[in-house]
Amino acid sequence: MGDGALVEMTPAEIRADLEAGTEAAAKRSKSPVLTDAELDHLSEIFCSNSRFTGVDIGDEVVLSFDGCGSQDLGTRVNDLQYYEQYLCADSLELYHHDYSYKPAKAVMPFEQVVMRQAQFVTTAPLGYGAMPDLGLYTVPDGPVPNWSQLLPLGRIDESRAAQEEAVELAVADIVFVTDEMVEAGIEFIDLDTAGAAGDADFLAALRAIERIRARHPDLGIQIGMAGEFVLGMHGELEYDGVRLAGLWPLDQARLAAKAGVTIFGPAINTNTGKSIAWNVARTLTIAKPCCEASTVPVHLNGGMGVGGVPMHVCPAGDATCRASRAAVEILRLDGL
Amino acid sequence: MGAGDVYGQAVSHGVASGMGGIRTAGDLVARMQITRGMRLPEAKEYVAGKLGVSTLDLSDPTVMFDVRKEFGLGGILESGEVTDVDDPIGIEAKFNIAAVLDVPVSCVERFRTKAGRRGRLGI
Repeated sequence: MGDGALVEMTPAEIRADLEAGTEAAAKRSKSPVLTDAELDHLSEIFCSNSRFTGVDIGDEVVLSFDGCGSQDLGTRVNDLQYYEQYLCADSLELYHHDYSYKPAKAVMPFEQVVMRQAQFVTTAPLGYGAMPDLGLYTVPDGPVPNWSQLLPLGRIDESRAAQEEAVELAVADIVFVTDEMVEAGIEFIDLDTAGAAGDADFLAALRAIERIRARHPDLGIQIGMAGEFVLGMHGELEYDGVRLAGLWPLDQARLAAKAGVTIFGPAINTNTGKSIAWNVARTLTIAKPCCEASTVPVHLNGGMGVGGVPMHVCPAGDATCRASRAAVEILRLDGL
Repeated sequence: MGAGDVYGQAVSHGVASGMGGIRTAGDLVARMQITRGMRLPEAKEYVAGKLGVSTLDLSDPTVMFDVRKEFGLGGILESGEVTDVDDPIGIEAKFNIAAVLDVPVSCVERFRTKAGRRGRLGI
């Protein structure tokens, strides 16, 4: 199940959930439903009693990690080393425990030193990641009026002005951190969980990416989304003439590529009350148009609570591997 | 990928669908996606072409063991059983990766700059 609970289902029940999942997604996102052949393939994956499953030999994809290590054992450099050496990660990402650009900015000299040390002892591409996290710029944590307090009072104009002000602050912080990290030798920057605070959050990410691309032409830029649908907390913000509120992954990817990313990560949320088969069918239906049309590599978010993976901090391996295989084989992903 | 414990996420995805990082050629293919924005088939073709192997070989640890040694691309350390004292590791391997793949590696460039400074004494 989407909450991680183990359930027993008949093949007919699994098939019905797959069909219901793709139809639910198509209705909301206006994407085409999965084909009969694709649903047959998913049935085969989910009706197997095996504990584990995987893609065919030769169909393996790149695995990028938004934040390597739990920071519980050894040092953060050790985290990166064991992700490279033991978990065979294809790329590595150093992160500050308070995974947002605003707090990371305050400790940049220390982060630069750790990054520099890590670059000496690792071989895989190594970058730095954090969230735009627009909410941190509002009172009481920041200088901007809090739109979550203003909106229920009907103070729409003030709420919008506050979000626009926060965008500028966030962009400045993201660009600052990137510049500092480029000095320390990063190979890519990751703007993770973009859009978490809605359309203004996504706009901050896109504007920051645009500036970063202009300043660092060879730098890898990765963006991972917060959810399948950009919430319209502001409602009128646009990037490149496109209204951001309400965008689904296909259009999110187009704008991200236009801004200058080299990897786009869509995030499709898991419904905890539905089966993993239902969630995977829904995920693939929403993500498929984006994967087909994208001009940059697509790394589907496959962490807890997204990409068909259970919303549990210890997701069952049998569920994760099925979601993983299904996504790679149906979407022809570039990575996860 | 995303949040979650290491076994439930990194191990499960890694075994189910991952290329294998520096154990194979996953890091090299990732590098082409990151620096050049290449989609997977193009990135695999590019790396395979530079290394003189097939795209199927890129995920094969037996083949890539020898290829990585030959080109000095680093690899799993495994207490000296896989990578020995003559093999480049860490940033040493990245110098070779930059040359073999013909891509800029920023920390390598930074290393060159810093190591090339002579200091006040002109040594």
